[in-house]
Amino acid sequence: MHNAQELIVCEHCDSVYRRRTLARGEVADCVVCGAVLERHQWLGVDAQFALIVAAFIVFVIANVSPIVTLGLSGMTAATTLWGAVIAMWNDGAQVVAFLSAMTLFFFPLSQILIFGWVLWFARDGRRAPGFAQAMSALVRVKPWSMIEVFMLGTLVAVVKAHTYFDVVPGPGIWAFGFLTLLVTLFSSHDPRQLWDITREARA
Amino acid sequence: MNAPPRASELGMMSCHVCRLVTAYVDDPHAHCPRCGNALHVRKRGSIGRAWALLAAAAIFYIPANLFPIMRTQSLSSKDDNTILSGIVELWRAGSPGLAVIVFTASIVVPMLKFIIMGYLLVSVQRSSGFVAKQRTRLYRFVELVGYWSMLDVFVVAILSALVHFKILSRVEPLPGVVYFGVVVVLTMLSAMSFDPRLIWDNRKSQ
Ligand SMILES: [Zn+2]
Ligand SMILES: [Zn+2]
Repeated sequence: MHNAQELIVCEHCDSVYRRRTLARGEVADCVVCGAVLERHQWLGVDAQFALIVAAFIVFVIANVSPIVTLGLSGMTAATTLWGAVIAMWNDGAQVVAFLSAMTLFFFPLSQILIFGWVLWFARDGRRAPGFAQAMSALVRVKPWSMIEVFMLGTLVAVVKAHTYFDVVPGPGIWAFGFLTLLVTLFSSHDPRQLWDITREARA
Repeated sequence: MNAPPRASELGMMSCHVCRLVTAYVDDPHAHCPRCGNALHVRKRGSIGRAWALLAAAAIFYIPANLFPIMRTQSLSSKDDNTILSGIVELWRAGSPGLAVIVFTASIVVPMLKFIIMGYLLVSVQRSSGFVAKQRTRLYRFVELVGYWSMLDVFVVAILSALVHFKILSRVEPLPGVVYFGVVVVLTMLSAMSFDPRLIWDNRKSQ
């Protein structure tokens, strides 16, 4: 029997491979079904932690500052992400308000906080308290975080509104843009690598 | 190059959550020794669950397209838009590029999800050995693009929050957008329930 850590099983077709060390930028693909087995993790733990801290700050800015401001004959109206959630709730679309709050606020925020938590300890090669639960939560939450879609949605809304109103982009839109960039950067990183590079702390 | 062995042939299994490779255990209540999540060779009840969620999504898809998703009100006019009429309006307003993006996210992607998921489920139930690699690719495509269909839902949310100029101009969400949001979530859940490894199990011909 091989050491379990040496093996990797393709998640899409169940083929077994011996893991190998990947060079910078290298991606190991499954020869049977073409799925990505694993990618070279080019960001170190410290760099990832720094990026998560940056993501947290940008996330706060994105949530408190107006995304866009509209002008119509002297009147102005601005909205934040929460403004959009509250508007949907008050206008009878509570399901949409709930979905937006979860996919644009709670899931991304918990992703940032949980990842930050495990990375903080992983910097010394340690596993954070609740490591197993935290790692499982990260895997489960990932598909439900929709910052990128919201970014594109904002652009579409701006173009639609532009026909009738004066549109002034607010700081929120830049924050969401930057957040989208960070999400893209992290998308090539599998947090599950932390299982390999950390050890259970012994008291 | 020879095809690598499959975990099921080697008597191994891999944790669906943390990817730890372990020896096969028969116990349905087994837990991963590393992350503590339930261990199973394939996602449980995969086909039944994926079908049920897909059927539910298809039912909600009808009102999502028939009912208007957004009302634009001004002093002189009241305009209800469905998903399709909103796209036509965007095209006419001089943004054909964005109209194509919204059309892709709101119409093409959900349609493709229904067709692909239906095809994958039927082919797995028939133990088809046909183009397994391509079918796995189709599954990855569905997983990758699925959540972009939320685009229109977010557009309505932002416009409803922004356009609040008392009687002068006002945008409100209409029931269609709720149904559409539900469709996106149900199709995502359906795709997540499906286990692509089933494509490679019990193939009739190789
Ligand atoms: Zn594979
Ligand atoms: Zn596990």
